[in-house]
Amino acid sequence: MNPDASTIAAGAPIEVDLSPVAEGQDIKVFWRGKPIYISHRTKKQIDEARAVNVASLPDPQSDEARVKSGHEQWLVVIGICTHLGCIPIAHEGNYDGFFCPCHGSQYDSSGRIRQGPAPANLPVPPYQFVSDTKIQIG
Amino acid sequence: MSGPSDYQPSNPALQWIERRLPIIGLVHSSFVVYPTPRNLNYWWTFGAILSFMLGMQILTGVILAMHYTPHADLAFKSVELLVRDVNYGWLLRNMHACGASMFFFAVYVHMLRGLYYGSYKEPREVLWILGVIIYLLMMATGFMGYVLPWGQMSFWGATVITNLFSAIPYVGESIVTLLWGGYSVGNPTLNRFFSLHYLLPFVIAGVVVLHVWALHVAGQNNPDGVEPKTEKDTVPFTPHATIKDGFGVACFMLLYAWFIFYMPNYLGDADNYIPANPGVTPPHIVPEWYYLPFYAILRSIPNKLAGVIGMFSAIIILCFLPWLDAARTKSSKYRPLAKQFFWIFVAVCILLGYLGAQPPEGIYVIAGRVLTFCYFAYFLIVLPLLSRIEKPRPVPNSISEAILAKSGKAVASVAVMLVAAGALFFGSLQDARANEGSDKPPGNKWSFAGPFGHYDRGTLQRGLKVYKEVCSSCHGLSYIAFRNLAEAGGPGYSVAQAAAFASDYKVKDGPNDAGDMFERPGRPADYFPSPFPNEQAARAANGGAAPPDLSLITKARSYGRGFPMFIVDFFTQYQEQGPDYVSAVLQGFEDKVPEGVTIPEGSYYNKYFPGHAIKMPKPLSDGQVTYDDGSPTTVAQYSKDVTTFLMWTAEPHMEARKRMGFQVFIFLIIFAGLMYFTKKKVWADSH
Ligand code: FES
Repeated sequence: MNPDASTIAAGAPIEVDLSPVAEGQDIKVFWRGKPIYISHRTKKQIDEARAVNVASLPDPQSDEARVKSGHEQWLVVIGICTHLGCIPIAHEGNYDGFFCPCHGSQYDSSGRIRQGPAPANLPVPPYQFVSDTKIQIG
Repeated sequence: MSGPSDYQPSNPALQWIERRLPIIGLVHSSFVVYPTPRNLNYWWTFGAILSFMLGMQILTGVILAMHYTPHADLAFKSVELLVRDVNYGWLLRNMHACGASMFFFAVYVHMLRGLYYGSYKEPREVLWILGVIIYLLMMATGFMGYVLPWGQMSFWGATVITNLFSAIPYVGESIVTLLWGGYSVGNPTLNRFFSLHYLLPFVIAGVVVLHVWALHVAGQNNPDGVEPKTEKDTVPFTPHATIKDGFGVACFMLLYAWFIFYMPNYLGDADNYIPANPGVTPPHIVPEWYYLPFYAILRSIPNKLAGVIGMFSAIIILCFLPWLDAARTKSSKYRPLAKQFFWIFVAVCILLGYLGAQPPEGIYVIAGRVLTFCYFAYFLIVLPLLSRIEKPRPVPNSISEAILAKSGKAVASVAVMLVAAGALFFGSLQDARANEGSDKPPGNKWSFAGPFGHYDRGTLQRGLKVYKEVCSSCHGLSYIAFRNLAEAGGPGYSVAQAAAFASDYKVKDGPNDAGDMFERPGRPADYFPSPFPNEQAARAANGGAAPPDLSLITKARSYGRGFPMFIVDFFTQYQEQGPDYVSAVLQGFEDKVPEGVTIPEGSYYNKYFPGHAIKMPKPLSDGQVTYDDGSPTTVAQYSKDVTTFLMWTAEPHMEARKRMGFQVFIFLIIFAGLMYFTKKKVWADSH
């Protein structure tokens, strides 16, 4: 009952052009049926994400480990709440990040869980920069 | 099912069969001469009611499956077309959807009856556990059935529930992938759920056979909890129990019919009339009402794994009930303390259910935790403790003695029920407070409301005109075909008028022999063409917000009615939240934005739209559409007409539904009455 061959094939990597996304904006693309948030973070968001004491987080992870160095302004996360799978809303909640409407989990501007029932940070999908304005997800 | 039967049919053909397969004897001994305690009360008819409901669900389900398409792109539409085009499709669907709720309602009564009268105790432990298994299977079946219409709640309910398994350490993620058949809930998920939803009812039926078998071996429990000793304590199953069950089923059908014909959407969620959209989570996900207490338990535990464990153990704990409650006295009738706690437990379950439907914030979270504790405390602390410290009242020696001494009155439980009512009232105050400050759409007088509601032809025709001249430039009406305009219960056009109306439209058809698409005039069988070729185009042309299709809009929109009202609505048959909301939004545009509300560029202020910022500019203004029947050409009149029209598009068979409902009620009332008097006659000398 695992995914069949066509489902797996349809899950091949996709390329996304980042040039139209202005600072402070984000886009949602679908990969393997999952929504992926790509946010162009503002300076303030980056600073906030880096200012927290990593050890105090429920799922400790530094912001540096969640973005690609040299491209700090880009946050790429799978937009699926790690609690029970709803899609969090971007730019909401108390941490300048994401807010899940289902059971009230809140994520910060690095996609890390800060408050609510979700146990883990929003996962970062496998991706790399093919050029400065283009990434490949998968 | 209680041992070999000595039944001998008199007909030689039946004798021939009986000697080879003693099936008639089996039925005879299990359902005819089977001795049943003579003091059973009406709570015992729920067993028969449940069998009736299971049969009903299987029957309607099999027919529905003949018209349903289990595909992510087609499922929603196939359900809608089934309701509109299949003969009595609306009836089948209502019977099946409301049937699920009724099934659960009956099973809860049945379980609480078992709890109250100690029906799980020695020698009925296996019987009870089989019952818990049936209940678990029902929950799985009900959940998967709810996914099949593939609306927003179906999709997100499926997402949340399947994700529960991801809480299992190590193997969780792979189990979830296995359930989905993909990387998220999607078409493979729908397919396997359909397959399982068709399979499980038959598994349930199988376990029900075991359940009944175990019942007939151990014998039925009874309100006094003393086992039958002599012939005097029992009556034969037929005619006594059969006729009593028949009367119980007839009464239950009255309730069932109330939902089918008058309140089909009362227990559903308006969001499920919006097709599933994997990109948008509805702001407030709630499961069906029968899962709410468990959902509340899940949410009140702040840790994911613990929450999931808590939720499942709330059900599994029932299996251990026979050993948690070690009291020798079965019936709570003779257990003064257990009786009180039983009613408290019922109140706790109802309150948990209420909390499960509220947003998880503030007071609700705290109340949820307290009640979750109470729920488990009942099983783990109260029952084991009571069986040690409680002094039960003396139990009668036999059932016949109990019947003679029938005078015990339940005064104490009244006090506890008052407490429960008080708790509900307190909840209502909370709710009223939470709703303050949000604008509720004003109620309207609709011709289609109430048990004899009907559409006014003139209103429908004017509404169609408003739709055609105003709304249709942005909003589709894709489930309505031109032929519907000439159907009974609709705007009342003739077939020729509908054909003429259709021919005004250009419809895309093809490909022709040369392989090209072409345009031709519409025919009655065509559906209203949509203004945009696809959702993306609709979105791009409207500043990012795609105008929704209007075919179902009056059923897909709603607003919370709050605690006391939703109970009142059940009796007044108020079902018009959707139309009230739609007409309020149409008239709710105001130029002056009140203080404290900021409206982003490209949006407009609307008093009744959630969040107040709507992308649709004010659509209607006085005098915009001309009426030739002299009706006032005002915004108020336009909104009334177009809303009525949209109610018809959402439910073209409403008139037939209410008309048939009336006939069914007359029939059922007479039938139940006859059953009652027959039952009285049969039992005349047994009491
Ligand atoms: S699914 Fe996001 S908080 Fe539960």
